[in-house]
Amino acid sequence: MQSTTTVIIGAGHAGLATSACLSKRGVEHILLERGEVANSWRHERWDSLQLLTPNFQSDLPGYRYSGDDPEGFMAASEVVDFITDYAAFVAAPVQTNTTVTSVSRSDGGYSVQTNQGMWSCRTLVLANGACNLANVPAISSVLPDDIHQVTAMDYHNPAQLPDGGVLVVGASATGVQLAEEIHRSGRLVTLAVGEHVRLPRTYRGRDILYWMSVGGVLDEGLDEIDDLLRARSIPSPQLVGTAQRKQLDINELTAQGVEIVGKFAGVRDGVAQFSGALKNNCALADLKCTRLLVAIDEWITGQGLDGEVGAATRLATTQTPQSPTLGIDLSNGKIKSVVWATGFRPDYSWLDVPVLDRKGKLIHDGGVVASPGLYTLGLTFLRKRKSSFIHGAQDDATHITQHLSAYLA
Amino acid sequence: MSDQEVNNGVNVHALLEAKEALTAAPEAAEFAWRATCKWVNGTHSESSVKGFSGLGGEQSHKTEFKFNADHPEVFASEDNGATPVEYILVGLASCLTAGVASVAQNRDIQLHSVQANIEGDMNILGILGADSDVRNGFNDIKVTFDIDADASQDDVEALVAQSQKRSAVYDILTNPTNVSVEVK
Repeated sequence: MQSTTTVIIGAGHAGLATSACLSKRGVEHILLERGEVANSWRHERWDSLQLLTPNFQSDLPGYRYSGDDPEGFMAASEVVDFITDYAAFVAAPVQTNTTVTSVSRSDGGYSVQTNQGMWSCRTLVLANGACNLANVPAISSVLPDDIHQVTAMDYHNPAQLPDGGVLVVGASATGVQLAEEIHRSGRLVTLAVGEHVRLPRTYRGRDILYWMSVGGVLDEGLDEIDDLLRARSIPSPQLVGTAQRKQLDINELTAQGVEIVGKFAGVRDGVAQFSGALKNNCALADLKCTRLLVAIDEWITGQGLDGEVGAATRLATTQTPQSPTLGIDLSNGKIKSVVWATGFRPDYSWLDVPVLDRKGKLIHDGGVVASPGLYTLGLTFLRKRKSSFIHGAQDDATHITQHLSAYLA
Repeated sequence: MSDQEVNNGVNVHALLEAKEALTAAPEAAEFAWRATCKWVNGTHSESSVKGFSGLGGEQSHKTEFKFNADHPEVFASEDNGATPVEYILVGLASCLTAGVASVAQNRDIQLHSVQANIEGDMNILGILGADSDVRNGFNDIKVTFDIDADASQDDVEALVAQSQKRSAVYDILTNPTNVSVEVK
């Protein structure tokens, strides 16, 4: 058995940011990584994925993007390079190819069992990521056997899908991107749209995330949020990171020829049923988008910048079909495969510490888990709206390592 | 917005407390709603509503409510009450209206008047069994709210959108629900 002060599970951007902060504080630690650094970016992303955040936002503790395209968006392979370079820059003590199989409390700390032996530590940081498992609704189990099913986790490109029509379920960033890509491959695509978040890619001459960052939206913290449960379950915004900064939303997909239907609600008598609430879900997303743009306009005016940036505009109202399709017969060949873009969740199946709620979610207060010396980061709205972004790890790692040091002292 | 306290007659505080309490004790959040329907004659029936269960026990309305349902004379019926599908419209409109009031209270918006006009389109060839391509139920339901409130048009629209999002009847109508009907 080996021992150290702090074990960090996962060597992605969040684990490495924590490592950098612990090194600065002189806390001995090790990162246990099931594969290689930035593993999920290497193996669990679709081929065409580009980051949603512009390069200028790729800040990590002591490190920032230094390339020549600050307004651009990294491809997944470039994210791998960026994170790998960061690991080298901060000389992170990473033990690769080490899969954690169980974590339990021990005298004065935690025992971490891995496929490479046991570690004991006083403090433990769960940086295993927010997207270890694909969420798949229960209705997946009642689809006919001849319908091919794939999750966004296992999806790489349209070529892996059988010929024929595709139902993409979910209209977050993932769903709208996959719907477009699969439609471009020449397949008939139906997109099932539930509650979603609409944003313009650019606004008043800058990237929308620039305004959300400088205007303080991404810095909104736990105490500014009425309904944290909701804030933590908001789907990722309908954005895509392309050099053309193109807009990708329901209107764009409709114009391209993707059929928009309501939330995939069930299957009855071989017919896939879609909610009749499509119109309201689109109206809610439009209202929230406008509210955000109004807040950004007010901020711009407050800063006296109106003369220096582009004019205030509004997105066109989302157009839904006059009578959205409520049912598609799954035997008529219109749908040959289903792509579940219905979100991701962390995997805690190896965590034998009673810190999960009845829904399997980790109980924590801003990253301080409800067990002494146990921490987490990299989760949606851990402490701030930006927590799930790469640059969100900066503040979160600083905060939890401060708490961790105080706990050790 | 005026500095007068907003009062739409909704006890938001109690609702928020209930949300917190029931999140901690989710089994108490399991409710069962009931109605009893007795055939009178022809297409006329009388339903009553009194008891329901929830909060871990049996509950009751203050009094028993009765609802007569029938069909109009153009259906060769005696028109002793609203049609069942009109009860659905009543259910949706009253659910959304209650939602508008609650959300407005929670958002500190004073309401002066709220009226919902609701219409459900139906082709009765479906229920007559005359055309298998026509569904039995509504093809389309349209609700139009006329709201006088101390709020901008956008805020009023947001109230209405949010009330749909949190409406039980809206969900019942827009999403499939398993229904089992048995004979004793």
